[in-house]
Amino acid sequence: MQTLKVSDVSLIYPGHHKGAPVTALKGVNLEVKSGDFVVALGASGCGKTTLLNLMAGFMAPSSGQITLGGRPVAGSGAERGVVFQKHALLPWLNVIDNVEFGLKLQGVDARTRRERAVKNLALVGLQDFHKHMIYHLSGGMQQRVGIARALTCDPAMLLMDEPMAALDALTRETVQELLLQIWQQTDKMYFFITHSVEEALFLGSRLIVMSPRPGRITHTYELDFNRRFLAEGNARAIKSSPDFIAMREQILGIIYGDERAGEREKIHA
Amino acid sequence: MLDRLTKARPARPGVSYGAPGDGSSAIISLVTALALIALWFLVTGMGWVRPLFLPAPAAVWGKFVLAATEGVSNSTLAQHTLASLGRVLGAFFLALAIAVPVGILMGVNRVIRGLLDPIIEFYRPLPPLAYLPLIIIWLGIGEFPKVFLIFLAIFAPMAIAARAGVRSVSIEQIHAAYAMGASKVQVIFHVILKAALPEIFTGMRIGIGVGWTTLVAAEMVAAHRGLGFMVLNSAEYLASDAVIMGIIVIGVLAFAFDLLIRRIERALIPWKGKV
Repeated sequence: MQTLKVSDVSLIYPGHHKGAPVTALKGVNLEVKSGDFVVALGASGCGKTTLLNLMAGFMAPSSGQITLGGRPVAGSGAERGVVFQKHALLPWLNVIDNVEFGLKLQGVDARTRRERAVKNLALVGLQDFHKHMIYHLSGGMQQRVGIARALTCDPAMLLMDEPMAALDALTRETVQELLLQIWQQTDKMYFFITHSVEEALFLGSRLIVMSPRPGRITHTYELDFNRRFLAEGNARAIKSSPDFIAMREQILGIIYGDERAGEREKIHA
Repeated sequence: MLDRLTKARPARPGVSYGAPGDGSSAIISLVTALALIALWFLVTGMGWVRPLFLPAPAAVWGKFVLAATEGVSNSTLAQHTLASLGRVLGAFFLALAIAVPVGILMGVNRVIRGLLDPIIEFYRPLPPLAYLPLIIIWLGIGEFPKVFLIFLAIFAPMAIAARAGVRSVSIEQIHAAYAMGASKVQVIFHVILKAALPEIFTGMRIGIGVGWTTLVAAEMVAAHRGLGFMVLNSAEYLASDAVIMGIIVIGVLAFAFDLLIRRIERALIPWKGKV
């Protein structure tokens, strides 16, 4: 059981060309435990990706602290894997070499590497595509390779920055369901960024809604649609159930409000 | 009639509408080449041009056979070719071994880029003939200064290509590698260098081409052998048939090496243009 703790974190970007500094995050508190699936949702500019970059260790907070298992996060590390929207796989390696890549960097021996890669490729349903080149795969398959690659390093935490945003609607639903099955089989911390309210509600065991100017967490919801899916197995039935729709409209209201305020600000600026 | 210039016609099935310059141009190129050769036969055969200005194809072929068997300008064609090939390839591999690491380092390190950028950008546009005298004063008239002159000409485009190649890595690829426990050195060798390979190969193609164009300059002073020397030496005796023969041999060699690099590129970088 591990815990990632974000305590009173703020991040200020210096202003470009004599512009005023931008407060991307202000006073963010968040706790993610093993087994949690935390989804972050919010209008553009609300600081979701900034928060993910801080947790990944790509940036240091301007103030506040992020700890993993009580130790401060300093820089990136293999215990926090990241899955990106796209362009993160290595086209000169085939599928299985991409999946093994992280372990190879860590100096793990070839047999252990292969065993773990084979296992995780089977987990994402790509057991028949070991030798395929990345650019011969569809977008959905590429994302599954990305997930298998992150899992193979066996991180305590998986950080996902809009991994489904570039997928078509049908593929997206398939990969969502796959991700929940993986979540159920692994005891890891998940942090998932999305623009889609439906995706957020379906995947998350906790949903944080963020607002811009300055970026902060404004609402937190505990959800169980994902557990209901894993128990019942019918995603469309859950996504069209009255409580799901009511929740979706409520959250859309919050985000639309923020988006429109952002548009007005741009027009007046 | 004017419509054809102002409007795109609807595309045939399988062709994308409005794509600029689509369709194969291979047959047109072949016809152009054959027409030029036919023209050569015609103007020399009819006696429209004096052989001093443009010798007949038969005379050039005769010179080729003579060069291949007895030799011209003191050596056989094979000896000339080997001498030049050694210089161009020596310079090419020297440049490959130094320019690629330098270019990559310039791409990943601000200090190295700042140090080397003004030097490379200053000498790159200079014609090799301009600094040839300096190289002779500094390094003498042996074999090395000849290779060094060609090396200098190849170095700049190769280093610039490798440096530009660093930019074709995506920040997601780098972040993902770091988030799998990569060190900075591992990111450079396993991610950045590999991502830069397509550009490095483009640099190699430009580099070997530049090498051949610098060959004649390199063999101007104190060379006893080489295709460039053969052309210059023949020109002194107004033997235009040998000059044209030398030009054709250099052209064919340069083209063959370009094809070879393209072949290697296709085998080593199958992902080029697909991501």
